[in-house]
Amino acid sequence: MANTAKFRIFRFDPEKDRDFRFQDYDVPLEPGMTVLNALFYIQDNLDQSACFRVSCRAGICGSCAMHIGGRYRLACETQASIAKDSRVTIRPLAHLPIIRDLVVDMAPFWAHYKKIQPYLQPGDPDPERERTQTPADRSKMDILIDCILCASCHASCPMTASDEAYLGPAALVKTNRFAVDSRDRALEQRLKIVGDEHGVFRCHTVFNCSLACPKEIDPAGSIANLKRLATTHFLCKPEVR
Amino acid sequence: MIYHDVVVVGAGGAGLRAAIAVNQKNVNVAVLTKVHPVRSHSGAAQGGINAAMGNNPRGGFDSVEKHAFDTIKGSDYLADQPAALKFTRAAPGVILELEHWGCPFSRMGDGRVAQRPFGGAGFPRTCYAADKTGHVILHTLYEQAVRFEHASERDNFKVYDEWMVTRLVIEEGKCRGVIAYHLATGKVEAIMAEAVIFATGGAGRVYLPTTNAVISTGLGLAIPYWAGVPVKDMEFVQFHPTTIYPTGILMTEGCRGEGGFLTNKDGERFLKNYSDSAKAMETAPRDIVARNMQREINEGRGIDGMYINLDIRHLGAEKIMERLPGIRDIAMNFVGVDPITQPIPVRPGQHYTMGGVDTDENGATCVEGFYAAGECACVSVHGANRLGGNSLLETLVFGKFAGEAAADYVLSKSALKKGEAALKQGLDAELEKFKKLTDSTGGEKAGTIRDELGRLMAEKVGIFRKEDELKEAWKQVKGLQKRFENVRVGYSGMKFNQALVMALEVEGNLAMAETIVYGATVRKESRGSHFRTDFPKRDDENFLRHSLVTWDAAEKKMKPTWKDVVLGLHEPKERKY
Ligand SMILES: Cc1cc2nc3c(=O)[nH]c(=O)nc-3n(C[C@H](O)[C@H](O)[C@H](O)COP(=O)(O)OP(=O)(O)OC[C@H]3O[C@@H](n4cnc5c(N)ncnc54)[C@H](O)[C@@H]3O)c2cc1C
Ligand code: SF4
Ligand code: FES
Repeated sequence: MANTAKFRIFRFDPEKDRDFRFQDYDVPLEPGMTVLNALFYIQDNLDQSACFRVSCRAGICGSCAMHIGGRYRLACETQASIAKDSRVTIRPLAHLPIIRDLVVDMAPFWAHYKKIQPYLQPGDPDPERERTQTPADRSKMDILIDCILCASCHASCPMTASDEAYLGPAALVKTNRFAVDSRDRALEQRLKIVGDEHGVFRCHTVFNCSLACPKEIDPAGSIANLKRLATTHFLCKPEVR
Repeated sequence: MIYHDVVVVGAGGAGLRAAIAVNQKNVNVAVLTKVHPVRSHSGAAQGGINAAMGNNPRGGFDSVEKHAFDTIKGSDYLADQPAALKFTRAAPGVILELEHWGCPFSRMGDGRVAQRPFGGAGFPRTCYAADKTGHVILHTLYEQAVRFEHASERDNFKVYDEWMVTRLVIEEGKCRGVIAYHLATGKVEAIMAEAVIFATGGAGRVYLPTTNAVISTGLGLAIPYWAGVPVKDMEFVQFHPTTIYPTGILMTEGCRGEGGFLTNKDGERFLKNYSDSAKAMETAPRDIVARNMQREINEGRGIDGMYINLDIRHLGAEKIMERLPGIRDIAMNFVGVDPITQPIPVRPGQHYTMGGVDTDENGATCVEGFYAAGECACVSVHGANRLGGNSLLETLVFGKFAGEAAADYVLSKSALKKGEAALKQGLDAELEKFKKLTDSTGGEKAGTIRDELGRLMAEKVGIFRKEDELKEAWKQVKGLQKRFENVRVGYSGMKFNQALVMALEVEGNLAMAETIVYGATVRKESRGSHFRTDFPKRDDENFLRHSLVTWDAAEKKMKPTWKDVVLGLHEPKERKY
């Protein structure tokens, strides 16, 4: 069929299957159809056992990151037509335990997120009005706050595979987001959390994360900034800023 | 049996804010959410959140009273006016609280939170973070949830993510808890609670196209409805003027607030030709803009007969990149259009559920211990039409009030931990229902019914409505409900059984569609988002009241009633912009 998207999808139920396998599905293409639409087509019409995560279908919730045709992408933002000419393989996020098929257990990812104290620590009682922040200071956070916690960076990083305790690019982006927030006063504490061999210094600057990120956040850049801050901090205490 | 003092169902803006409020009163709280909190639909909100802060130089004379007036006028006088004032009074406080919690709002030159103009508002009072306001608010709230979780004693604040609630258990007029399905393990469990707060969001997926997330279905409303809690004003469904053609993804109202134009196939800014939008033009409220766009399309002045152009080219690349970067990404990724050089194809689509669980100003319902807040609730402050930027605000304000009220209720309660038998019964009933769906030999697919219903609703219960089409819609919804009885879920494993989830959501859609069609049929007038071509005028004499629908489980049918609107501040006037 000429107007068909051809997918090869990873299947595995750790409780039932001894090993994973790949299953082929052919989906009739429609104009504008995304990979996510195609997965829905499969679930509705071809195989009701198919499962994947989804919510916004608009590239903002971070649910649907998966390995599609050789790289991590958001299924909802990827045109199904990429599977028109040759069969495209879809796999779940790597380096996380599999629950079933394309759904992975995100618990380790969230545990790292929680570990870095991902909240503003202004260090003083709340004023009556807002804490002011100049547009220039605000713009330092610009790209960092776009992170949708999709875990593409985590899955693409060889270090998260070899060191389960490694905080990983997403948690470090979040740390950097607070490190550059002019309202935050917990830099020292933050650098203590991320400044060891399971934090920024585990990063071997492979840059996979920056290639994988669908929001073009450049996690490697954030990690580099934290490395710089941590190094300065540990070498010439106490003043870093 | 799992037990928590308060269970919050939903972890969008309303659910997280409610849970924090409960925790702040030192009451034990658990949040159950069918997706991880940051995947909630609140994160998709783009444009902003309203509060009369007067930060913008042109907002110097703004006040909470004027914000309340705009809300009431916007509601086409169907809002309960004291509730609207309570709502706008609380607004600056919740914005400041968010700022204190680290929310990265965009800033003005002097460092205060920036505010932009929005449709239907007398002053620029919409706080924003570029065009990702919901995203940053949701993430900030989740960050705070983690902070509260860290700070509280073990399990005093707990988030159960990917736990889908499917049933609410009420016994003798009191709320006893919920039944929930844990997707990752496939377990179905009864969870006992003294108070339950529903914050399950809107029911956009009853319609197609819609700007709403795939998970924003009718189920979140249907669960309390099936348990006997009335829903209110369901006929009021907001259609957003600018959803991208053909997918339905939203182009924020900020596009028009920042000065974008709407043009027809002749390149004309046609809003000037309609008396209700001639003055405010693109910044007129959504219902008016959406109708006039649909008229242009219906009368053959749309582009390719299908859509209208949203033109922001004249704003210039710099402003577009600074203020509307997300919009540009969406336009490029989903339709291959760069708004810096080309107009964006848009058409009206379902956007917001004004109706919902009938609550008072504190989220309380007629069932003791059961509360609702956010888009799934109907207080009502939005009345017949919600203003842009007011619903994120609603999630925070009424999330907070509902959380506080629920915590106070638990603190005042003497007989605790009741209802084990009722919960067990609910659990058994639920397991039986799931089994029936997976064991069914019927030939219907939930996905087919979902799509047919969505199209039917858009076509016959959409922007323009009339008697004979509504009657037809009623018949067809009933027909779809009948067909649903033969739905078969083609997978029987319980771990992440998404086909089962879909079937349950579609059943919820069908229940809510019925209430929407019903409300639209009995409301023989035009008000706000509800436009009857056979009754084009507002009729305050007969319809200045809320429509209520209660499900009678014993008789398996719905019971309609009416409830008066609470006025008190502003006499209803004709709504013109
Ligand atoms: C595209 C878009 C843009 C918008 N832009 C704006 C804007 O600029 N300004 C504005 O004020 N408003 C805007 N809105 C509206 C606003 O975003 C929503 O009204 C608001 O976010 C709803 O929040 P909520 O907390 O009530 O529900 P949601 O954020 O939808 O959250 C619902 C929660 O309930 C959970 N849930 C649902 N059902 C179940 C169940 N059965 N069991 C367990 N959990 C369940 C979900 O997991 C989720 O956590 C926009 C809406 C859309 C669609
Ligand atoms: S940094 Fe990018 S890839 Fe990593 S979680 Fe955030 S959005 Fe996803
Ligand atoms: S479904 Fe939300 S990012 Fe794809």
